[in-house]
Amino acid sequence: MSSPSAVMETNTGIPNGKLGMWLFLASEVMLFGGFISSYVILRTGSTNFVIPGREMLGVPLATLNTFVLITSSVTMVLALDAIEKGNTKGLIRNLILTLLLAACFLGIKSYEYPHKWHEGITLYSGLFGSFYYTLTGLHMLHVLGGMIFIGYILKNAIAGRYTPQAHARVEYAGLYWHFVDLVWVILFPIFYLL
Amino acid sequence: MAGGAKEGDIMEHTHHDEPFIRKYVFSLDHKVIGLQYMITSLLFLLFGFSLVLLMRWQLAYPGHPIPVIGRFLPDFIAAGGIMHPAAYNTLGAMHGTIMIFLGIVPLGVGAFGNYFLPLQIGAHDMAFPRLNMMSYWVYFVGGVLMLLSFILPGGAAQSGWTSYAPLSIISPGQTVWLIAMTFLITSSLLGSINFIVTTLNMRAPGLTFSRLPLFVWSQFITAILLLFAFPVLQAAAILQLLDRIAGTSFYLPTDLIVGGNILGNAGGGSVLLWQHLFWFLAHPEVYVLLLPAMGIVAEILANGTRKPIFGYKEIAGSFSFIAFLSFIVWAHHMFVSGMKTKLSYLFMTTTMIISVPSVAILTCFLLSLRGASIRYKLPMLFALAFLPMFGIGGLTGLPLGFTPSDVYLHDTYYVIGHFHYVVVTGTLIALMGGIYYWFPKMFGRKMNEKWGYIHFWGTVIAMNGVFFPMFVQGMAGVQRRLYDPTAQVHNLVVQPLNIVMTTSAFVLLLFQIPFIWNFFYSMFKGPKTEENPWQATTLEWACPSPPLPHQNFDKVPTVYRGPYEYSVPGRKDDFWPQDQA
Repeated sequence: MSSPSAVMETNTGIPNGKLGMWLFLASEVMLFGGFISSYVILRTGSTNFVIPGREMLGVPLATLNTFVLITSSVTMVLALDAIEKGNTKGLIRNLILTLLLAACFLGIKSYEYPHKWHEGITLYSGLFGSFYYTLTGLHMLHVLGGMIFIGYILKNAIAGRYTPQAHARVEYAGLYWHFVDLVWVILFPIFYLL
Repeated sequence: MAGGAKEGDIMEHTHHDEPFIRKYVFSLDHKVIGLQYMITSLLFLLFGFSLVLLMRWQLAYPGHPIPVIGRFLPDFIAAGGIMHPAAYNTLGAMHGTIMIFLGIVPLGVGAFGNYFLPLQIGAHDMAFPRLNMMSYWVYFVGGVLMLLSFILPGGAAQSGWTSYAPLSIISPGQTVWLIAMTFLITSSLLGSINFIVTTLNMRAPGLTFSRLPLFVWSQFITAILLLFAFPVLQAAAILQLLDRIAGTSFYLPTDLIVGGNILGNAGGGSVLLWQHLFWFLAHPEVYVLLLPAMGIVAEILANGTRKPIFGYKEIAGSFSFIAFLSFIVWAHHMFVSGMKTKLSYLFMTTTMIISVPSVAILTCFLLSLRGASIRYKLPMLFALAFLPMFGIGGLTGLPLGFTPSDVYLHDTYYVIGHFHYVVVTGTLIALMGGIYYWFPKMFGRKMNEKWGYIHFWGTVIAMNGVFFPMFVQGMAGVQRRLYDPTAQVHNLVVQPLNIVMTTSAFVLLLFQIPFIWNFFYSMFKGPKTEENPWQATTLEWACPSPPLPHQNFDKVPTVYRGPYEYSVPGRKDDFWPQDQA
């Protein structure tokens, strides 16, 4: 973008892109908030809400997946830290690690889905299944979107576009990625543990 | 694209030749995008209005063939010119949807906000020009989808703009509605992020929040409402879509019987869940419709009274307070839904509280008139008409906020009258005033005054002719959504009023013709005006008319004072622009 706003000081001192990202995440909170509160209301209020047994849910695998995603958040922080210190190699390495961990998360999920489906938890078998697939599916879409975003950052990083002074988009990608991570940290207990 | 693309004659807005595609079609300039929004939304308003004219004919003369155009309508709408009952439902649903999501909001926010928010804060453009362009085109696609749904198999949606479950899940046409709504929600999300960041980050030097014009305040608060309210409707819409196409039962109770057969769904869902999620969006949406209009009225009133607006801080504070409260009043739309009485007390209370800032704003506007030597220019007439008419709309809302009176009035024509007074005679009148007020800024030309007066008086009188009898009918017990009001005996007493309303509606259409002609004729041929024809103080008048493409101002303005420094004692001129030292 060749607009002079990129170089102009902003009134708040926060770059436009960062503020925009925070606002976008605020709207995402409301989106997931709408879903999660619907889930809570029907789970506590519906007369026909069957909660599957713990062993049907595969808690250990999901716990592992949670750790995978949290680790990917750590590598994302390390990526930002690397470029702030001018270490482009570290940035590239950590971005690749983040992408690998995200792919690992999706891999485990794509094992979980058919497994659950065979056990009888389907999209239309009951409210639990409906909410489970809708919410985790939406979260998976967010993971995919994040991977595209990070892939784009990685492409730029390899082309050497980021410097310790100018790497705003690495930070924005990080913000988004941590949010996606946070959503999972909420989804995991409300579907698997409670 | 950046910087100095040369502005040709404004006439070329209508030409979409190849060389102009970046300039007039996929433009990044907030002014072009604002005009795109304005013309598109005005067309949608006209279309939505024509839908309701068909309905009004059916209400006044139930079962009579629609004159003139009846024979051209396809059979599934009006076979032999007589309206089909299902078509009546479709027209009602689509009238509401089009007027709100494709007409008023894009006009108030998309058009006026895009064009004048950056100008009033002295910015060269929005914070994210690309998102801005996307937001228009996503809105455009959503609008085209809504229109296409009329000719797609299954037809357009027919379960009301509120799309209550389970009707919306079993009736045809709703799937396209949900997909189109997703586009509109995305568009408003992109727009609201842009508006908030622009207001926070791109104000001219010296333009603090306490010096912001009230129009900017209103757009800023509106954007916050859109940002937080619309995602919840998105969530609700996704759940409804899944109920329709994937066999889930989020909104379907167990063993629901449809057409004599038990629906096979797993069940357990709640129909009230949809209502809660929907109104969580749709009540803030009411203020999304209203606040930009109030902002416009504030600008015009200060200018027409030649006085600082009365209670600037109180009005800005009331905007913010309304925004906060509008998130906790939604269930007053659901008093008869069978929700708990204790809960309805809560929502009755919050509803009464939210009327306080609205009344405060109106009172400030009225007090602004006190002792003023008013310049009765065209925009000022619209702003003055807004005050009593919005007053009627607001005050008739109070009996709907009290549970005991609402139980009687709910789902009657009284409700229809109430919200049309707020949205049409209130908001739409103010938006029309805004068009007359800012027309010289947008095109450097003036609209014809004589035709403007004819448009004003015809519109105001005809609107009252359409909507006031609704209160009478509603109190007499006429229900809304009735295909044939004569089917119920108690409606017959007030049935003649339907003829009054329908006649007024056609008169209203007639009086829009001078406006449409005036708008397009003046755009090309209107008399050229001076830079600041209204002698206004805010920053949009500090740049050329029309403002420079992609840049707006010759040089970045510096702001020295508040927005409404009119008739400052000791000054020769009775106005003191914000950017003059």
